[in-house]
Amino acid sequence: MSVLIDKSTKILIQGFTGKMGTFHAEEMIKYGSKVVGGVTPGKGGSKHLNLPVFNTVKEAVETTGASASILFVPPAFAADSAMEAADAGIKTCVAIVDGIPSHDMIRIKRYMRRYSRVQKMTLIGPNCAGVISPGKAMLGIMPGHIYKEGKVGIIGRSGTLGYEAAQQMKNLGIGISTSVGIGGDPINGSSFKDILEKFEEDKETDAVLMIGEIGGPQEVAAGKFAKENMKKPVIAYIAGLTAPKGRVMGHAGAIVSAYGESAVEKVELLKECGVTISKNPSVMGETVKSVLENK
Amino acid sequence: MDIHEYQAKKILAGFGVAVPRGGIVYSPENAENKARELGGSKWVVKAQIHSGARGKAGGIIVCKTELEVAQATDKLLGKKLVTNQTGPEGKIVNRVYIEEATDIKKELYLGLVFDRSSESIMVVASTEGGMSVEEISKQKPETIIRSKIEVAVGMQQFQAREIAFGLGIEPKLISRMAEAITGCYRAFSELDATMVEVNPLVISNQEQILALDCKMSFDNNALFRRNQISELRDKTQENASEVYASDRGLNYVSLDGNIGNIINGAGLAMASMDMIKLAGGEPANFLDVGGGATPEKIVKAFKLISMDKKVKVILVNIFAGINRCDWVAEGIVQALQKIEIKVPLVIRLAGTNVEKGNQILKESKINYIEANTLEDAANKAVKALGK
Repeated sequence: MSVLIDKSTKILIQGFTGKMGTFHAEEMIKYGSKVVGGVTPGKGGSKHLNLPVFNTVKEAVETTGASASILFVPPAFAADSAMEAADAGIKTCVAIVDGIPSHDMIRIKRYMRRYSRVQKMTLIGPNCAGVISPGKAMLGIMPGHIYKEGKVGIIGRSGTLGYEAAQQMKNLGIGISTSVGIGGDPINGSSFKDILEKFEEDKETDAVLMIGEIGGPQEVAAGKFAKENMKKPVIAYIAGLTAPKGRVMGHAGAIVSAYGESAVEKVELLKECGVTISKNPSVMGETVKSVLENK
Repeated sequence: MDIHEYQAKKILAGFGVAVPRGGIVYSPENAENKARELGGSKWVVKAQIHSGARGKAGGIIVCKTELEVAQATDKLLGKKLVTNQTGPEGKIVNRVYIEEATDIKKELYLGLVFDRSSESIMVVASTEGGMSVEEISKQKPETIIRSKIEVAVGMQQFQAREIAFGLGIEPKLISRMAEAITGCYRAFSELDATMVEVNPLVISNQEQILALDCKMSFDNNALFRRNQISELRDKTQENASEVYASDRGLNYVSLDGNIGNIINGAGLAMASMDMIKLAGGEPANFLDVGGGATPEKIVKAFKLISMDKKVKVILVNIFAGINRCDWVAEGIVQALQKIEIKVPLVIRLAGTNVEKGNQILKESKINYIEANTLEDAANKAVKALGK
């Protein structure tokens, strides 16, 4: 198994016929993901990349049985598309888009409170590279070939830093069960803790690497969760040791505004939770390796 | 995006929050007339810059005659004010706000921010207005009242009342105080703000409740639907290189070191800065050209870095995903044909088609130092400083 997606997951592309949607749908299909169609309001009934196009997500889900979707819609319409997916019964939705207003993200999350835990959609992102279960399926925009199939889960805010980790691990012969990019925004669909929970339950994941950064309480909350509820080892790297206080470092969420939000403080708090720290970004792979060897 | 005090006051007034009467001026004559128009016998002349702590920096002057108002304005206009929030370069005063003076009976603190753990809007209030919230939380943490507002239904009257009672307000002023708090909440939630801070919020001797100073920040991602807010942007208050960068779609933060960075992805950029520091160097900037890192963006990034005189070495670290290294390498070669770089250049490429990318760089005539890993790149950049 893997978390969130596997070989048989049926995938819809929201914003299918646009340039981004088309390009990445092709990449996902090439990787082996089971893309079953897409949604572009107003273009329903037509075919794109030899797959059916629907006007609404509901119609697409009813016809294809899709359970996952990925959004390639502009930021102004992204909240609406995510809620439409949740309402249509999509189980995993990835929002790649960078630039969704924070107030909209809060709106999406409030909207999703109407669903029971079982029915509720898992929203990944926004402002992320997506999800990949190497050798099985890709629901994202990452370069699939740098990910080796294996048993370590990755959760990260940054796309390219996640690639860095995947490559370091591949060079050391370590594979990945699933890599989940939760995105760099202050309010995101799934937190580190949400995904840790899934990895703890996954039989084919032996350890988890968290790649965090400055700003916000999520890394520390995940550390506490790991201490209290997890048997699998957790390794973490926190980016931004040199970031000045009060400045946004690229990701809207990467700003230090309170105690426990700087990289140094997060590292200390995570250590207290028994998380193994990768002391710098060039030894993420080696740190995972040593943890796996000492298990 | 930050705005000026007078702009924030105008916005809050539109949501029913009372503010002292005042007006913006651009010259001493202007100021004298404004004081006369406002009337009274005491005015406050306030430098408009995007920073708090202006008082300690001499940016707020109390005046007793119209002539003094003109003189104070003359003194402030065109001056660079250095506060503990502006950095040593300070911020230029291009606008001055003249306000009637208020007789203060009590100073309070009121702030609204996003609370990231509960994903709601948090109201923070204290009886210790006039101090920064950081000082309050250090010196008088027991005075701080916090209230989480559920955004789906908005702030309820009882919540505003609870805060007002918590501040020890006299019963007859409670409903007016609750109105002011609700007004701030509505401004926050209806205008896509990320911060509203009224400090101090005062009760005057005449028992008015007034926002004496306020700050507002807005979500850059929401400016597309807030035209009236985006028009309030004052680029003279922002770092010139950062404005240049943001106008060109680059994420840039100017820092104090001397190793210039060009990196794709915010996380990788922060990680590279960490590696530079570990290797004994200091980054001159944070620069994320975007996960995609198109050749055009790389050209713009080189232009931006070449404008920074502090930079003694440039480090390029690109992890190519969907965009391939060969394409990125061509972008670098193109950039270096257009822009003359006089400092050592360290390049690390990784990801899709890395061999091809490195080959293109080698075959071009550019002068650079090749690095293979993140660590190697940082070490070579720091080493190149000595040359």
